[in-house]
Amino acid sequence: MKDAAFDPTAHVAHMETMMGLTIEEAWRPVVIGHMTAIAKAAEMVMGFDLPDDIEPAGVFEA
Amino acid sequence: MSLLFDPSLGTATEIADAVRSGTASASDIARTALDRIAAMNPVLNAFTDVTAERALAKAEAVDAARARGEALPPLAGVPFAVKNLFDIEGLPTRAGSKINRERTPAVHDATLVARLDAAGAVLLGGLNMGEYAYDFTGQNAHDGNARNPHDTRRMTGGSSGGSGGAVASGMVPLALGSDTNGSIRVPSSFCGLFGLKPTYGRLSRAGTFPFVASFDHLGPMARSTADLALAFDICQGPDPLDPHLARRPVTPTMPELGKALDGLRFGILGDHFKRNGHPEAFAAVDVVARALGATREVVLPEAARARAAAFVIAAAEGAALHLDRVRSRPQDFDPDTRDRFIAGAMIPAAWVIKAQKVRRWFKDRAAEVFADHDILIAPATPCFAPTQDQKTLVLDGVEMMLRPNMGIFTQPLSCIGLPVATVPIWLDGAALPIGVQIVAAPWREDLALRVSAALEGMGVAKSIVAEVMA
Repeated sequence: MKDAAFDPTAHVAHMETMMGLTIEEAWRPVVIGHMTAIAKAAEMVMGFDLPDDIEPAGVFEA
Repeated sequence: MSLLFDPSLGTATEIADAVRSGTASASDIARTALDRIAAMNPVLNAFTDVTAERALAKAEAVDAARARGEALPPLAGVPFAVKNLFDIEGLPTRAGSKINRERTPAVHDATLVARLDAAGAVLLGGLNMGEYAYDFTGQNAHDGNARNPHDTRRMTGGSSGGSGGAVASGMVPLALGSDTNGSIRVPSSFCGLFGLKPTYGRLSRAGTFPFVASFDHLGPMARSTADLALAFDICQGPDPLDPHLARRPVTPTMPELGKALDGLRFGILGDHFKRNGHPEAFAAVDVVARALGATREVVLPEAARARAAAFVIAAAEGAALHLDRVRSRPQDFDPDTRDRFIAGAMIPAAWVIKAQKVRRWFKDRAAEVFADHDILIAPATPCFAPTQDQKTLVLDGVEMMLRPNMGIFTQPLSCIGLPVATVPIWLDGAALPIGVQIVAAPWREDLALRVSAALEGMGVAKSIVAEVMA
């Protein structure tokens, strides 16, 4: 699965430009660390098989 | 000052009774609370704004109403304070940030502040919090760190850190906080308080600064279950100002508190909730389970995955909310939150939408578990309050970043909006408290509070006013 090859450093560098963000070099390792943590969580989410007809909880009532 | 009882040790219910009976005046109580804040706040850093003039005027109005022989409302003369993401008329709603201080002062109180005020409570001010609520520590680069009254070298937990410190130190008996991923339950655990995160959509969010629309909840923190129930009952009700509020009937919880627990079906959450913690987290669960006679372990399937979904959604929605500010003035953020918002702004849409599907799937599994259970029991935090300088945490032999992982047990539950009462446990010989989550099915805050009250009545759960060296 392609997500397994997710490169947080490259992603942060790309999205920094795309989103018009400023990352000072002192912050960069921390931002990459957070991106890595998010990607790890996303791997669990994306790796979970769900039927197509599961509705997203965009409008949610408990 | 000659008060017949010390209001700093009293619960909201006791203070209201004292004012109603004339044992104490609301004005004396307000002045005592203001004195206590003046003495303790330099140490604890719980308050960021003290609304002394408003408090004294309100207290005088309560005393005048009593002098006229009027019936007093249920919270008459009770001091309270709110996390500074609640609008307070006349103050900019800072939400723990530097940037928001430039906002124009709020024209109205937030709905829940107005409801407590209308019930006679006396607002004493706004409380410290982690910047924009993206926090589990109670630390803040702009206002300084909130300190735990039980040990000022330690964290209060966050993001409702000032709420935890203010109530645990007896500055106020009651505070409001917000909980997106655990921000009421974590400081309640670390500061030894009773806390209620109601069902998602139960209480109006109008007039509060948001963080993650999918998960934001508001709720009370106090030193007794009765105070939580009283405040919760007052705060319920429809509000045209909050389009996201669920259309549910008001469910009074106060009448339920004294009822016996016979017939309630308890489950101790296993799997994810039995791992990833220090011994004290599980010992506290054991104490509660024994007291309730709960022996059956039950699994909420894929709780870790639900937490991962909440993690992704929170990062993305929080970042989207703050994108313009993160772009235009990143230097004005607390570095600890800024770097997370920057990363959150880079999340692919497919991850978020899939996470919302996981959330829906997990909600359905939880409903199946609640078909056979009324109450689920779980740790609130993986450990006692960490020291202020602690940056990492070792869980099951793995060292991880402390800041995002304090919510390891709270996050899967708020992900699907379940109501949770956190109860404070003092283990034998322990110098610090730790919380246990009493989790009910959606809209059954009455059951969670009934169990909380029973544990309090048995002396198993208790909240004590910390002795702070001011």
